[in-house]
Amino acid sequence: MISFGLTDEQEVVREAMREFAEQVLRPAGRPADEASELPADVMQQVWDLSLTSTQLPESVGGGGEARSPITNAIILEELAFGDAGLGLAAASPGLFAFAVADFGTEEQQKQYLPAFGGQKFHAGALAVLEPSPVFDVTNLQTTAEAKGDSFVLSGKKRFVVMGDRAEHFLVLARSTNAAKTGFGAVDAFIVPRDAAGLSVGDVELNLGMKAVPTVSLTLEKVEVPAANRLGGEEGIDAARLIAGTRVAGAALLTGLSRGVLEFCIPYAKERHAFGEAIAQKQAVAFMLSDMQVEVESMRWLTWKAASQLEQGTDATKAAVFASRYAATQAMKIADNGVQVLGGHGFIREHPVEMWYRHARTLSVLEGVAAV
Amino acid sequence: MIDFSLSENDQKILDYVRSEALVARKYARHYDENEHEFPPEALPEADQFPGVWGLMGERGEEDSGSSVIGMMVTMAETWGDYSVRMRKGRGVGLGNAALGAAGTPEQKEKWGHLLLSMAITEPGCGSDPSLVQTTAVLDEETDEWIINGEKIFVTTGCRADGVVLWATLDRSAGRAGIKSFLVEKETPGFVVAHKEKKLGIRADDTAAYVFQDCRIPRGNLLGGKEEIPKQGSGGFRGVMKTFNMTRPMTAAFGLGMSRAALDFTREQLEEAGVDLSYGAGVHGLSAAAAKFQELEALQEAAELTVARAAWMADHGMPNNLESSISKAKGGSGVRTITQGCIELLGAMGVSRDHLLEKWFRDVRITDIYEGTGQIQHMIIARTILDYSREQLS
Ligand SMILES: Cc1cc2nc3c(=O)[nH]c(=O)nc-3n(C[C@H](O)[C@H](O)[C@H](O)COP(=O)(O)OP(=O)(O)OC[C@H]3O[C@@H](n4cnc5c(N)ncnc54)[C@H](O)[C@@H]3O)c2cc1C
Repeated sequence: MISFGLTDEQEVVREAMREFAEQVLRPAGRPADEASELPADVMQQVWDLSLTSTQLPESVGGGGEARSPITNAIILEELAFGDAGLGLAAASPGLFAFAVADFGTEEQQKQYLPAFGGQKFHAGALAVLEPSPVFDVTNLQTTAEAKGDSFVLSGKKRFVVMGDRAEHFLVLARSTNAAKTGFGAVDAFIVPRDAAGLSVGDVELNLGMKAVPTVSLTLEKVEVPAANRLGGEEGIDAARLIAGTRVAGAALLTGLSRGVLEFCIPYAKERHAFGEAIAQKQAVAFMLSDMQVEVESMRWLTWKAASQLEQGTDATKAAVFASRYAATQAMKIADNGVQVLGGHGFIREHPVEMWYRHARTLSVLEGVAAV
Repeated sequence: MIDFSLSENDQKILDYVRSEALVARKYARHYDENEHEFPPEALPEADQFPGVWGLMGERGEEDSGSSVIGMMVTMAETWGDYSVRMRKGRGVGLGNAALGAAGTPEQKEKWGHLLLSMAITEPGCGSDPSLVQTTAVLDEETDEWIINGEKIFVTTGCRADGVVLWATLDRSAGRAGIKSFLVEKETPGFVVAHKEKKLGIRADDTAAYVFQDCRIPRGNLLGGKEEIPKQGSGGFRGVMKTFNMTRPMTAAFGLGMSRAALDFTREQLEEAGVDLSYGAGVHGLSAAAAKFQELEALQEAAELTVARAAWMADHGMPNNLESSISKAKGGSGVRTITQGCIELLGAMGVSRDHLLEKWFRDVRITDIYEGTGQIQHMIIARTILDYSREQLS
């Protein structure tokens, strides 16, 4: 049955997240971007909302609620509506924890998840992207070679969100077992920060989302025990893992775009030129109506992919549609957001210049649009 | 609960409608090239197809709402062809929708069985219907309205049994003076002047009407309210409400055809060896595959805005904004999609050996009638800015 109806619980969560985003994330976003630093108090406040732990099993200290990609998409849109950078940082523990919850063996869950059910913010990191500009997730250059009872990882990763502080990295690598291709060849390995042969680079300096620390990893024959292969002998459903990150990215981009729209509406009604509000000029009004059309389009594509993930059907195609569409439209919306403000849009006093940088960065950083 | 899957019943209905549509498609080219023939009431194959209504009856809790499935059935129909149907329904003209929305119970009873066209547009006015020049003057002695004026671009204007037209009682009253009247064919003074030749949807007859001292009974004013409201345009707005379902429906007409264009393009590209599989990033795709998937995503987005507007209608939510969003998105989307499909297939795309060039022509109307894309954007902008017509026009 085709339905756009939120459950009562989702309505409540959405309302609460919207309030949090407006009151906490929005005001903290600009200073964090200027300082290129994640505000620890804000991160702890986010942590206290138990966004990640709620959907982890009770056995590891989680809330035991069913994993819900739809609810997460709703939450991520709201967080990014407040601030895309802080929103991504808030969501980042889930990149690691949900992957372990979804694909990990019982031992792996027992070993790595309890930290995410604790009282203190716990960073998690997923290493997907690589330095080459022609990155393709189905053809990773980072390799994993089976060697006795362990795997040897070699390659380079970039844009690893929260990599400056994560204790473990979930590293995606291509199995050198020639029988496997495409997503089937993609495995994930839990690599401890202090593994021999792993070097963690300095925090990267990026165009936007500057509050979010990202690092590069160099893996030089890093040997990890076979027990660190996520999902054990069965491995992971990499297509599903990637579809999940794409949907998350699309949800963040939707929130960012809605933020631009809702900021521009009152601005354009107040700002006057040639005897009337600029919003009364069709050239401006139609930029806004177009934003409205596209924010909704992005959201429905995101929800559709999320619901397929939730129902356990193949969401690959829907996730590709959602993430690519969202990346294109978010860029256009942020671009027009600057245009609506004119010269003021170029000045750092207003958020639109930051959102313009965020939009361009997020679609790459999340490892979504490009992968 | 948010859900985008189809129930078994939904799927059965859509599969069935598509099977009919595929048959109808065989006749599409004929009626495109023979513009002055009308598709038959029923195709020769109709006796093998029992019709969808039997399947529609069995709907339950787990099935999509009636407006949602209605939109999807519409898309499945035009996926075959815009104009040719296994069976032509009677009484489903645009004027019938107006009669349903504005007519008194007696009027609905009296004219409900007729096929009614809708005539608003005139040579001098389209997007701005408040400029309607056609007049209706009451002859108190005979209790008749006398209609004078010209109407153009009347859909199903030739085949219709009658028309719902907009005429003004008082030009100086603007919108408030405009009323809907029902005029039956064969009424003296009502002439179908000619049939238009068009870019696309050629099997659909589009007519021009002339009314010259055309007298109709006083009771033919739809809704029966003869007085001109003093302030605002409440009555007019009532008339405009008709469009809340017709706008997503119009988008659905176009999206069925753009879906057909995508399906054809996919077949041809795959046959030519282009890998269209999903999952790889843009760097893992050929330029053709990347472009194709971009068009597919656009189709999905547009279809979802239609579903959204319909879902809201099913739940009794006001959907004025969402109706315009779906019409704007669908109207521009189908242009981009069909243009892009031809770009992808090159010479094959423009050849009349295939239907793609026809779909390209047929979908172009989507962004024009039932309010152009610009008019939809104006409605959207006014709504989100909380502006009146005077503040943004
Ligand atoms: C095949 C076909 C079937 C039709 N069927 C019917 C029917 O059954 N009944 C009926 O009454 N009509 C029908 N129409 C008419 C149709 O609704 C009108 O053509 C349409 O509303 C546009 O009006 P117009 O052609 O006068 O264009 P115009 O109003 O002259 O518009 C020309 C251009 O100006 C733009 N424009 C106009 N006003 C504004 C504004 N305020 N802001 C920005 N841009 C603006 C328009 O978007 C358009 O791009 C049909 C038309 C066609 C082609």
